[in-house]
Amino acid sequence: MSKDWRSYEPLLIPDIPNLHKIDVYEQNGGYSALRNVLNDQDTWSRENVVNEVKEANIRGRGGAGFNAGLKWSFMPKPDGGPRYLACNGDESEPGTFKDRAIFEYNPHIFIEGAIIAAYAMTVDTIYVYLRGEYIAWVRMLQEAIDAAYEKGYLGKNILGKKGIDIDMHVAYGAGAYICGEETSMLESLEGKRGYPRIKPPFPAQKGLWGRPTTINNIETLSNVPLVINNGAEWYKNIGAETHPGPILYGISGHVNKPGVYELPSGVPVMDLINEVAGGIRGGKKFKALIPGGSSTPVLRADQLEDVTMDADSLRTAGSMMGTAGMVVMDEDTDMVDVLWRISHFYRHESCGQCTPCRDGTGWLEKVLLKIRNGEGEIKDLDLLLDITTMMEGRTICALADAAAWPVRHTINRFRDEFEARCKKSVHAIA
Amino acid sequence: MAEQELVFTESELEEIEKIKAKFPTAKAATLQVLWVAQRKFGHVKPEVQVLVADTLGLPHSHVHGVASFYTQYYKEEMGKYVLDVCTCLTCQICGGYEILDHLEKKLGIERGDTTEDGMFSLKEVECLGACGYAPMLQVSNEMYVNNLTPEKVDDLIDSLRAGNMPEFESMAMPQHKKRNAG
Ligand SMILES: Cc1cc2nc3c(=O)[nH]c(=O)nc-3n(C[C@H](O)[C@H](O)[C@H](O)COP(=O)(O)O)c2cc1C
Ligand code: SF4
Ligand code: FES
Repeated sequence: MSKDWRSYEPLLIPDIPNLHKIDVYEQNGGYSALRNVLNDQDTWSRENVVNEVKEANIRGRGGAGFNAGLKWSFMPKPDGGPRYLACNGDESEPGTFKDRAIFEYNPHIFIEGAIIAAYAMTVDTIYVYLRGEYIAWVRMLQEAIDAAYEKGYLGKNILGKKGIDIDMHVAYGAGAYICGEETSMLESLEGKRGYPRIKPPFPAQKGLWGRPTTINNIETLSNVPLVINNGAEWYKNIGAETHPGPILYGISGHVNKPGVYELPSGVPVMDLINEVAGGIRGGKKFKALIPGGSSTPVLRADQLEDVTMDADSLRTAGSMMGTAGMVVMDEDTDMVDVLWRISHFYRHESCGQCTPCRDGTGWLEKVLLKIRNGEGEIKDLDLLLDITTMMEGRTICALADAAAWPVRHTINRFRDEFEARCKKSVHAIA
Repeated sequence: MAEQELVFTESELEEIEKIKAKFPTAKAATLQVLWVAQRKFGHVKPEVQVLVADTLGLPHSHVHGVASFYTQYYKEEMGKYVLDVCTCLTCQICGGYEILDHLEKKLGIERGDTTEDGMFSLKEVECLGACGYAPMLQVSNEMYVNNLTPEKVDDLIDSLRAGNMPEFESMAMPQHKKRNAG
């Protein structure tokens, strides 16, 4: 429950020195979930694992918040051919920097979770995709995977069980935000340009190399051993009722103690800012929060009273949980500048396949630059809102929506600031 | 710099075979082998793209298409050290542009350029996933340097000039008392 977040002890990344080493992880109960599953495959049939995870309601930590077990259940029946799990460690949404904490501090909880997921879905090959910039973390993860192979948790006949063969490979990108979008990531894993695919077919039907594939975020999979060890009922009692479990909150911006904090879901936003992250820097006033990465709509300080970090509460407040990458802004923050920079990002990262996205993101940036330079007019604000309407829901992937939401909501919520930057003239603009 | 011969050594070819073994197709190895090439040659200019394509038995156009899609591949020769300064969302509001301006002045070049002595290239980049440690930059696609101040930047430049890459900076989770004590 959100009430007792102060007494919460981290579960995903507990405070244990050298936990990234496999021996230390094992000494602290690591790989017991996998062991229990494989040693008692009657209790833990593949179907039962899927159902337990579904029941636990681990909501995807990659941004969309979809029930992980439910997603697993979309995999078709095995036909003897290859099946894949693609783990998303691309972590490129501005404001997000939490999966790297798992790679660095507790990679084995992720590896164990991914192996259990692979067993549950009868997957033979796991790919982990990291952004290319995370090369230091790629190497840490590879070391952990090598250790897991050595101990027999990966490879042929895992833990001596005949026919349980699962491989795990690491691949990494080379600088492209779009490769975090799941079908773009699949294209990149196939060695191509990261153009998102048109859905349907969905990856569960035709994913990597046309074969059934499930995509999960790194943090999502790291929750799986917790559910297997303690049961879905226990898990559902952590944090917010409809969005349970531990969350890695990445708190950045104008706070005294930025960083990654593990707490239950549903912690009050103001507690996270004031108690957890040590309050606003330099005694300044709190102005606004982007709660879950750059695409999630900004909220004004006065909209955040009693709001908690979970999907329901944030939706009611007018935003989204996203990746729980919280960007905190103080009273001196120039919202016009911030929105222009966000729009610059999405324009830069649009893959260009869809006209509404390619042209829309460029247009948004251009008009915002004009306003930022004091050359805009009030009419331009309405133009910006019109452009967002033309972009939303009309493209192959959700990047266009991710670019449109911040524009719409930042203008609506800080309209006076935008108007103050506009020229007073009423002439039509290009 | 002496012209480097455009070939992979035996041990690099072995590494490439290991990469290919991870995937059901040779094509899938494209990104990873471009990385092998860039680490060796310092860039993936067209002639290096051809080498990668021929090594993997893929059309040149495919490798070219991939190399041009991803921003971390250098399609031209860069300075000995490439400084990727993040100015995205959190870095912007925490002084990323000030760091970039400081570097422009210090190195006497503009973003996007390389110093005359070939030591430094300066770039402005999008979020690098280190927002809690803003402002920050990455050196040559390798190490992250976090919580930058002009003084820290000056020290970094001095030590790079002396040929020392920064060491990996582990960013602690503030909650961890035991770990952070140790
Ligand atoms: C433009 C775009 C970028 C995305 N970037 C990421 C990312 O960096 N990491 C991630 O896990 N999910 C990202 N996602 C979400 C993925 O498409 C996908 O929903 C997620 O990886 C599924 O895992 P989950 O259900 O465990 O969250 C992105 C989505 C879009 C539309
Ligand atoms: S919405 Fe944008 S990023 Fe997504 S496929 Fe279309 S053009 Fe590419
Ligand atoms: S905004 Fe600079 S690292 Fe994320």
